Amino acid sequence: MPFNLIRDKGREGRRGYTLPKPDVEAKEPESILPESALRREKPRLAEVDEPTVIRHYTNLSRENEGIDTTFYPLGSCTMKHNPRANEAAAVVPGFAGLHPLQPEAQAQGALRIMHELQGFLAEVSGLPYVSLQPLAGAQGELTSILMVKKFFDDAGDEGRTTVLVPSTAHGTNPATASMAGFESEEVGLDEHGCVDVDELRELVDESTAALMITNPNTCGVYERNIKEIAEVLHESGAFLYMDGANMNANMGRMRPAEADVDIMHYNLHKTFSTPHGGGGPGCGAIACSEDLAPFLPEPTVEKDGDAYRFVRPEKSIGRMAGFHGNFGQMLRAWNYIRMHGPELRDVTDMAVLNANYVRAQLRGTYRIPYDELCKHEVVVQPPQGKKALDIAKGLIDYGYHPPTIYFPLVVKEAMLVEPTETESRETLDDFIGTMLELAETGQEDLEEAPTHAPTRRLDETRAARQLKARW
Amino acid sequence: MLDAIGVETLDDLFADVRPGYEGELDLPPALSEYEALREVDALAKENVWGLPIFLGAGAYDRIVPSAIGAIISRGEFLTCYTPYQPEISQGTLQSIFEFQSMISELTGLEISNASVYDGANAVVEAALMTARLTKRDPKVAVSAGLNPRYREVIETYRVEVVDLPFEDGTTDFSGVPDDVSGVFVQSPNFFGIVEDVGAASEAAHDVDALCVAVCDPISLSILEAPGNIGADVAVGEAQPLGMPLMFGGPYAGYMATKEDFVRQLPGRIAGETIDKDGKLAYVLTLRGREQDIRRARANSNICTNQALTALAATVYTALMGPEGLREVAELSISKAHYLADRLQASSFGLRYPEAPFLWEFAIELPDVAKANEALLEAGIVGGLDLGDSAMLVAVTEKRTKDELDAFVEVVADAF
Repeated sequence: MPFNLIRDKGREGRRGYTLPKPDVEAKEPESILPESALRREKPRLAEVDEPTVIRHYTNLSRENEGIDTTFYPLGSCTMKHNPRANEAAAVVPGFAGLHPLQPEAQAQGALRIMHELQGFLAEVSGLPYVSLQPLAGAQGELTSILMVKKFFDDAGDEGRTTVLVPSTAHGTNPATASMAGFESEEVGLDEHGCVDVDELRELVDESTAALMITNPNTCGVYERNIKEIAEVLHESGAFLYMDGANMNANMGRMRPAEADVDIMHYNLHKTFSTPHGGGGPGCGAIACSEDLAPFLPEPTVEKDGDAYRFVRPEKSIGRMAGFHGNFGQMLRAWNYIRMHGPELRDVTDMAVLNANYVRAQLRGTYRIPYDELCKHEVVVQPPQGKKALDIAKGLIDYGYHPPTIYFPLVVKEAMLVEPTETESRETLDDFIGTMLELAETGQEDLEEAPTHAPTRRLDETRAARQLKARW
Repeated sequence: MLDAIGVETLDDLFADVRPGYEGELDLPPALSEYEALREVDALAKENVWGLPIFLGAGAYDRIVPSAIGAIISRGEFLTCYTPYQPEISQGTLQSIFEFQSMISELTGLEISNASVYDGANAVVEAALMTARLTKRDPKVAVSAGLNPRYREVIETYRVEVVDLPFEDGTTDFSGVPDDVSGVFVQSPNFFGIVEDVGAASEAAHDVDALCVAVCDPISLSILEAPGNIGADVAVGEAQPLGMPLMFGGPYAGYMATKEDFVRQLPGRIAGETIDKDGKLAYVLTLRGREQDIRRARANSNICTNQALTALAATVYTALMGPEGLREVAELSISKAHYLADRLQASSFGLRYPEAPFLWEFAIELPDVAKANEALLEAGIVGGLDLGDSAMLVAVTEKRTKDELDAFVEVVADAF
């Protein structure tokens, strides 16, 4: 019975962990607290032994596919192999056991990791000022836009009310703009799927605070007018923010600073191989130019002689996290970068090679809406009459994790394929073969898929209408 | 592969990249795994670690059972993405459902989300949620009992903060302004003291605002569930549930609320459903609240939860069960009170002697820096310097009587 919940597998009084015996006199909660503060009924939690816990969650894990089990070409998520060296680094007790409020002098190794990683990220982007604090990519976006907001507040410029977002943008971009107190306005695309510079010129005025651009964009196409776009914004005093979700396409080949980007975020869990973990934890480090540096969140790490210390930037927006950010992810990313060095460029080259190879081999059977050089990912459309959803579910039956589907929103029946650099040609050829086969598979069969997965297609409407989100 | 693509060189693949980067990245040369990990080990030695820790203030040095690492390092959990394809993500989805269930049980509230980034972010998301629910501007009443770091994050998110009086270790909720969207009560509060969640709820509801309780999940094994005494939202830091200190993260924030408020809850929610064959299964639900569907009108820009650390919390809670959680709490209380009693016997005073604390307390010392130096010399990481001749001391189930006695002796000798 695979779907039994952990709570259904227990017996009252059973325990899965033994704690040290008390070595001081017991102090009962009843002796220090008023009765009204005390819990009347014990929570209905699982009461299980350790073997049951291990077996339950091991079996649950087998209902999941991950990069470790299959090719996972999920566009815009950079599902590259997660090297186990990173995991080995993250369990070293000298880091794992470090309390965030230990004084700087007791945490010099950790501060040095942070300081070096700041430097690495500055070098890869060309933007010299870095904060590692944001806890996820979306928070990196928000941090950046809050900094832009504070910049204008500080300059007494109250008229900057709008953030522009291309129609290809990740949903987090407009949501971020709203959260930071801006109106978001959409910019259309040219025939290459890139920001329409003429339309941008029309839209940008004294009320524009920033444009949030993703480069390469979510169609996998390089925004070749990025420098001109920056110029349009800068002429009116606005900033160019770059969503760095796709930095795996840029390392050593393009630096946002040279494209006149003012501020950007990284996803360490994409580009620098820290594991996605089923949806986090991540790290959304940001890098910016000198103009915005005084507004970075606190703390950043500085080197002072031989010692490292935390500093609060002069006009900091404040804290985005309880402590210094997801240090465990920083450590993993640091390790990854140390193991690649300047050869990070090879990572990018292979990622782009693999994506273009997939594009070339699917062409003819799948439609390629922007059939020109792509970067690390390519957007394709199923043959006429077939649905992206059905192809995706069909892929599951062949043991693959499907690409991202129905995103970007501007492409009908979009399938966004990001193979990453860590896949071999053989894996790509097998996947391509399956994609071509699915294009020929009858519609009725496709609609039945998946039939070999732990479940069939789910009734998502029922989940929302008859909400049951707990035992 | 280049032939298939129709280009001659790798450089050709970047012909459209303008301005391109011609140089070589100025990064230290690549290391092998062995060399890189040797460097990690060397840097770890520059940290002070392996000593008993008396720091808390939002992150606690608790026992992490070995079974947690065994589960969360499984590749099927470690290397998957957000469960957008539920047919091959039931492991993640069911574990989120179980996490939500445990949080609902502990907090006494009907609906929990799949977790948010950390405790501080759970607090700020709750602040924004109160504004949406009351249709007021985001403005919250808090006291000095709220972890100051949580307050700082609230302010970063441009939420207005009103101060409530804080005397003798607890908050006075009698004068809550009538235009706030939320009233926050942290219990145990920043100073380790149990607050009156019921009073906070009444004060909030009197002005048609919502009450947000900020709770250490371990404490909910002994303290009344906030949902049972009027709290509309309960949030907090899940780090004490099986996450290593890791210099501040990754942790996970939890959020729970009443079913009526679910549409204003940010973040992922896993719900039960059935598949085409009628088999029970789980799926991300009420997705219409989220950024990838609603874009600019979403409840939050939050995208990820903290699935893997939330899984750690789920495994921890399963291993401990209600009795184990209670035992963790009681051991911590007993040890903390033992230490506080001994310090008082050595003529150091509690900052708030009348207020009931659990496992964290503020003790008055003539010179906290000096005390911490002496402690470090004796191989102990002391408590947090509160800056006004008081030290915030946290005691967990990990601390032994010997360590507590040594703490007292060192501090007594220092003055």
